[in-house]
Amino acid sequence: MNYEIILAGFGGQGILSAGRIISVSAILEGRNTTWFPSYGPEMRGGTANCHVIVSDDEIGSPIINNPDILIAMTLPALEKFEKVVRNTGFIIADSSLIEEERLKEAKSRVFPIKATQIAGEMGHKAYAMLIMIGKLIKETNIFKPETVEKALYEVLKQELHKLVPEEMAALSAGLEM
Amino acid sequence: MSEKVLIKGNEAIGEAAIRAGCRHYFGYPITPQNELTNYMSKYMPEAGGVFIQAESEIAAINMVYGAAGAGARAMTSSSSPGISLKQEGISYIAGAEIPAVVVNVMRCGPGLGGIMPAQSDYFQAVKGGGHGDYRNIALAPSNGQELYELTVKAFDLADKYRMLVMVMADGALGQMMENVEFRDREEPLIVEKPWAATGTGMKREKNSITSVYINPDELETVNNRLQAKYHEVEENEVMYEEINCEGADIVICAYGLAARLTRNVMKSASAEGIKVGLMRPITLWPFPKQAVGALAEKTDTVMSVELSAGQMVEDVRLAINGKVPVHFYGRTGGNIPTQDEILDKIKEVLGKEKK
Amino acid sequence: MPVRLHPESLENITTHYCPGCSHGIAHRVIAEVIDELGIEGSTIGISPVGCSYNNYKYFTFDMLQAAHGRAPAVATGVKRVHPESIVFTYQGDGDLAAIGTAEIIHAAARGEKITTIFINNAIYGMTSGQMAPTTLEGQVTTTSPLGRDPKVQGFPLKMSEILSQIDGAVYIERVSMHDVNHILKAKKAIKKAFKVQLAGLGFSMIEVLSTCPTNWRMKPVDAAAWVKDTMMEYYKLGVYKGEDLEV
Repeated sequence: MNYEIILAGFGGQGILSAGRIISVSAILEGRNTTWFPSYGPEMRGGTANCHVIVSDDEIGSPIINNPDILIAMTLPALEKFEKVVRNTGFIIADSSLIEEERLKEAKSRVFPIKATQIAGEMGHKAYAMLIMIGKLIKETNIFKPETVEKALYEVLKQELHKLVPEEMAALSAGLEM
Repeated sequence: MSEKVLIKGNEAIGEAAIRAGCRHYFGYPITPQNELTNYMSKYMPEAGGVFIQAESEIAAINMVYGAAGAGARAMTSSSSPGISLKQEGISYIAGAEIPAVVVNVMRCGPGLGGIMPAQSDYFQAVKGGGHGDYRNIALAPSNGQELYELTVKAFDLADKYRMLVMVMADGALGQMMENVEFRDREEPLIVEKPWAATGTGMKREKNSITSVYINPDELETVNNRLQAKYHEVEENEVMYEEINCEGADIVICAYGLAARLTRNVMKSASAEGIKVGLMRPITLWPFPKQAVGALAEKTDTVMSVELSAGQMVEDVRLAINGKVPVHFYGRTGGNIPTQDEILDKIKEVLGKEKK
Repeated sequence: MPVRLHPESLENITTHYCPGCSHGIAHRVIAEVIDELGIEGSTIGISPVGCSYNNYKYFTFDMLQAAHGRAPAVATGVKRVHPESIVFTYQGDGDLAAIGTAEIIHAAARGEKITTIFINNAIYGMTSGQMAPTTLEGQVTTTSPLGRDPKVQGFPLKMSEILSQIDGAVYIERVSMHDVNHILKAKKAIKKAFKVQLAGLGFSMIEVLSTCPTNWRMKPVDAAAWVKDTMMEYYKLGVYKGEDLEV
């Protein structure tokens, strides 16, 4: 198994945390992983992205030039990375923040998910990333859904642990889409 | 005991230092190594140690000089412009033969430069940096696990040789998270330090820690002793990793992040029928001269790939000594070479060599 | 009167200091204080850059030689490793008040439990008599040949006054070594500073107005008089912090 995933969007959407959840889940299932954040000038502009690799092998560069999967949470994020997605890869895009018509222009296979809107209806927009991870699992079987629950307890601060059931509900919603 | 965790490179260095018995850390904020300073501020007191945010990088390295001179395992960390400021202290530490660990999470320069990853402090680390005839041991980890293990090793080497050991990471290695296994050693290395300034307790002769010798012959004697020690380090402590070099179409010399990029290139080149070998120095000083020199017997073409305008390539050329052509590919400014760029350069170089 | 014996904490060797220089007296006073407090075995000193760069040769206890201005940072490192030890820096005016201003200010601000002996002779001695941060207005040096002109070279720094403003500094006093009476007072101050450290109260500094007959181009007697008549006019003696401190 070797998945190269770029998650991209605005700061505050939980992009970096979602990357960590994927990486920790990978470790819990005994795989190797790297998580490389955007830092520096581009971070100051409000955009955020991270490169996550999950592999059975030793991982070379942590920097992804051609992702298998792009999780795009904003239009600028889509525009920045859509052209480098591998031919065999796909995009999961938040269609509540990016117009569906625009998504049709992408060359890769696109899964439009109204993640932010649905998450808002479920109680908090921050759950959007869990919906996206749910969809990622459905399309790849990258790890078991229940592994994400363990990962959430590791990644989230103690005072947020009470939210894990709701986060898992969001994950389940993503698994259904 | 061992545990596997997802941790930032900068934090893995901090954890390694604490597990290596370092209880005195002196830092000063600078990107991209801030997570290390932050980590120490939280976990050093928990470990019963001392964390001080110094008033400058200069003060921090001098606190290391004091603490290590007083017999403790001490460390400071910074990134390129801050490491420049520490050079005075680094030279004094070399002169006074004090064991100390300095971490450089390199960013791009010159000047204030930028905060993105680079490997452009190679010259500074291995060819001086400060004044006088001295050497630092320079270790170049390439992943999270090595950031951990080489930081632990840095303390052992520092104590063994009474030298300053630099851990040369870069912004990408420092910022990225990776699975790291914290392996505690069974028996911590404890080195007696009868030379340290601990107070005589009226039980022994006084210890004077100094690097000043006004008498030329006395200072030359000290220099000769230092050089003999450096020679011993060159004999005993060279570390490198060599992959698929025998019969390779081209061998890439690269360390740290650049070596990781090269691993990917090896796969994609292989798919196109090009055999790429990797020579990865783990000790930048002592440089693996013999192993790199021997590449001339294994391949017809060598290329150094660096996040710099070409620094390590000079040592590669010295080691190869004209026996085969040595090429260079690098990016600067915080840009990281892509696998495609490196592969294109390999094809270009091999095309030229075949003519 | 009993014959004064050579202090235990001072090596019985000849120093390299010029005739009439205050360094030798300051060394002896420090050694006497350390003997009287019985702390020779637990004292760690920091030698500076300048004429007293190698004063570790003259004391009998452990010392580290520091880069110019960095002694307070080095002392911080030592003290944090051996909090039970007595750690002091010995610094000149160029060292403490020019190149090492940041280090001394922040050691005081952290309330480091160290003691600084600040030798202020208003000149750079070792490098042949250049203008110091404490050189007085009008004073001729090799880099102020027409006399220090505040319009060009600014004003001398009053370090005791400056440091006394810092909360972490608990005992600051300026003394002089130009005559026996003042030397005895200086010794009392230095002893109190070490006691402040022994009690773990915080940072202490004794500024010692000192002579440099060679670079002042004066006879030793005239140099002592210049301290009394000229330096003490600008640098007022007294306790700037910790007057009521009982130790």
